[in-house]
Amino acid sequence: MASVFEYAPAPESRSVVDIAPSYGLFIDGEFAEAADGKVFKTVSPSTEEVLSEVAQAGEADVDRAVRAARKAFEKWSALPGSERAKYLFRIARIIQERSRELAVLETLDNGKPIKETRDADLPLVAAHFFYYAGWADKLDHAGFGTNPRPLGVAGQVIPWNFPLLMLAWKIAPALATGNTVVLKPAETTPLSALFFADICRQAGLPKGVVNILPGYGDAGAALVAHPDVNKVAFTGSTAVGKEIARTVAGTRKKLTLELGGKGANIVFDDAPIDQAVEGIVTGIFFNQGQVCCAGSRLLVQESIQEELLESLKRRLSTLRLGDPLDKNTDIGAINSAEQLARITALAEQGEAEGAERWSPACELPTSGYWFAPTLFTNVTQAHTIARDEIFGPVLSVLTFRTPDEAVAKANNTQYGLSAGIWTEKGSRILAVANKLRAGVVWSNTFNKFDPTSPFGGYKESGFGREGGRHGLEAYLDV
Amino acid sequence: MSEKTEKTEPRLSVFKTYKLYVGGKFPRSESGRVYEVTDSKGKWLANAPQSSRKDARDAVVAARKAFGGWSGATAYNRGQVLYRVAEMLEGRREQFVREVADAEGLSKPKAAAVVDAAIDCWVWYAGWTDKIAQVIGGANPVAGPFFNLSSPEPTGVVAVLAPQESSFLGLVSALAPVIATGNTAVVIASEQSPLPALSLAEVLATSDVPGGVVNVLSGRTAEIAPPLAAHQDVNAIDLAGADEALAKELEIAAADNLKRVLRPQPVDYFETPGIDRMTAFLETKTVWHPTGSLGASGSSY
Repeated sequence: MASVFEYAPAPESRSVVDIAPSYGLFIDGEFAEAADGKVFKTVSPSTEEVLSEVAQAGEADVDRAVRAARKAFEKWSALPGSERAKYLFRIARIIQERSRELAVLETLDNGKPIKETRDADLPLVAAHFFYYAGWADKLDHAGFGTNPRPLGVAGQVIPWNFPLLMLAWKIAPALATGNTVVLKPAETTPLSALFFADICRQAGLPKGVVNILPGYGDAGAALVAHPDVNKVAFTGSTAVGKEIARTVAGTRKKLTLELGGKGANIVFDDAPIDQAVEGIVTGIFFNQGQVCCAGSRLLVQESIQEELLESLKRRLSTLRLGDPLDKNTDIGAINSAEQLARITALAEQGEAEGAERWSPACELPTSGYWFAPTLFTNVTQAHTIARDEIFGPVLSVLTFRTPDEAVAKANNTQYGLSAGIWTEKGSRILAVANKLRAGVVWSNTFNKFDPTSPFGGYKESGFGREGGRHGLEAYLDV
Repeated sequence: MSEKTEKTEPRLSVFKTYKLYVGGKFPRSESGRVYEVTDSKGKWLANAPQSSRKDARDAVVAARKAFGGWSGATAYNRGQVLYRVAEMLEGRREQFVREVADAEGLSKPKAAAVVDAAIDCWVWYAGWTDKIAQVIGGANPVAGPFFNLSSPEPTGVVAVLAPQESSFLGLVSALAPVIATGNTAVVIASEQSPLPALSLAEVLATSDVPGGVVNVLSGRTAEIAPPLAAHQDVNAIDLAGADEALAKELEIAAADNLKRVLRPQPVDYFETPGIDRMTAFLETKTVWHPTGSLGASGSSY
């Protein structure tokens, strides 16, 4: 990426975070080994350095954690909402105090740029706790009738792309509404959840209200299937989401699913090109494209295709890929070798099916998991890369001629999570936004999040909403 | 003439041939099958069409075709149409009282109370069409210079397994909220007592409800429901009319395309419903737009 802009390295200090050589499961307020003594290693995706050894939850641990959560539920749900609120406010404040530490930790464990953990993940994590803290004593006014009741024990399974943010999305509304929680973070990114356990301790949260079980898919499956879990919340792949839906079928468990996406980012001929280019870059290269609502399909009006692509390629050439702890880094490491292999295979399939591949000149570090920002042109709707979620920094470019065609192509997917619209014409924004079958539509912006704002999908992107007043419903008996 | 009738037997009544209601038309089942419908004492009432899987699939096609127009209609318009249904029901009140009394073995006054409650239920939901968005949607005060609005939208084609025991009030309680919010419906009538549902179809057909918005099938629930639960172009399913075992089987099938599932639950149909039968089949769409901000220079908007 040599260019006229050569930046000196600007690494964020690692010294703000102390990572212990090993961590246990967090059950009933205590760290404990797994019942079968199993452990696994978590590595830094940018260097493959082993960061720590973590206890690996199994079925027996799931059972123990659910029992702890059940026991804690009685008292926790009986607390006045105003008291629960204060615990959540405490947690929010401690997160703010420790946010640099957590940002560095998250960057180390996940591989995403510090710029993003520091400026996006962590502020949002704190904001979610603040937002739901305020709901805890106002549930009577949330529109679900007077005195809406919590469900009980919530089993929550979260992904590796936003480890701490997804934890906040799950735990904050669950606790605000009086539920207790057993949460399983992803096996590649368990650390920030374990640090969160320490925050619960600092906040004086009663034992058993939050339990954290690092582990693999089998632990998640055991949690979902546990007969004493009343509510299941999952964020992850559509395939796993379907499996979970089958597991809870015929039970009274309440289920919300936040699954995959293949977001269309639609650029009309009157769009402000420079802003659209920034939005496209944010849409697909934020978090290395490992975002369920990523704008992974660029739909550009045919008449401006050339101009837009030229601009986009120029912009991509200025992106800086490398050490995630460097404050100038735009693109960090892919989260795991497994995910890198998936992205690589899909990109190769894109080429094999005849799409044209382009990446800026880009040197990849020799250790760690890396994938250069990639653009595919000559993509049709039949191409695998236009249909399957890649979950990586790969953008497929398609074209359209009329707004109707744009809408038809945007909706031509089994997913329905996000979409973007770029045009100067307000009426066109509203008309197109109306017709898009997606849970979030960003017009003249992309990838914006806020705790007050419901987020979730149509169709196979799952059901239920997280965030906002709507996010409470998932944790209340309504 | 008059001399003649004095001496003859009482007039022979005209039986009704009950038919399905699909795409605004009244076809027989493509399978050519019918099944015997009796009253609570086992007396023959009519032969109802026994729908097949093909009928179910045809109904989905009709419902999908109608979805764009119905979901795109103004909420005010949908309210008017639903209210029109209530008007037409009121006009046919006596017919439904008779059919419900026969179907459910109720006395005339009790059946009348059921029918009145069902008509009032239509009116209640008719009034909801242009209010639900205000109640469950709205502006979100995001921490940034954005205008951000969440609004509910219908989820699509909804398969409704009408409650088995309450052939008319239960049916209306399940169907009205689905279409009030802009979804289109494929309804499987109560298996034992399908006649009120099939007659309701005649009311819908003459009530400005566009063809295909509601499709009514009669037959064996356990036969017609599985293809609907597994259908990739059905977006949601109300399992009210399924027993526990069937409900579980259908919920598993529904997971294949992540249908929204409303599980069977105890309902007192005489009570004013909550809004959960509407929200179960609504998506929330959140639209963001930059607002610009009033900077010191005043030039950023």
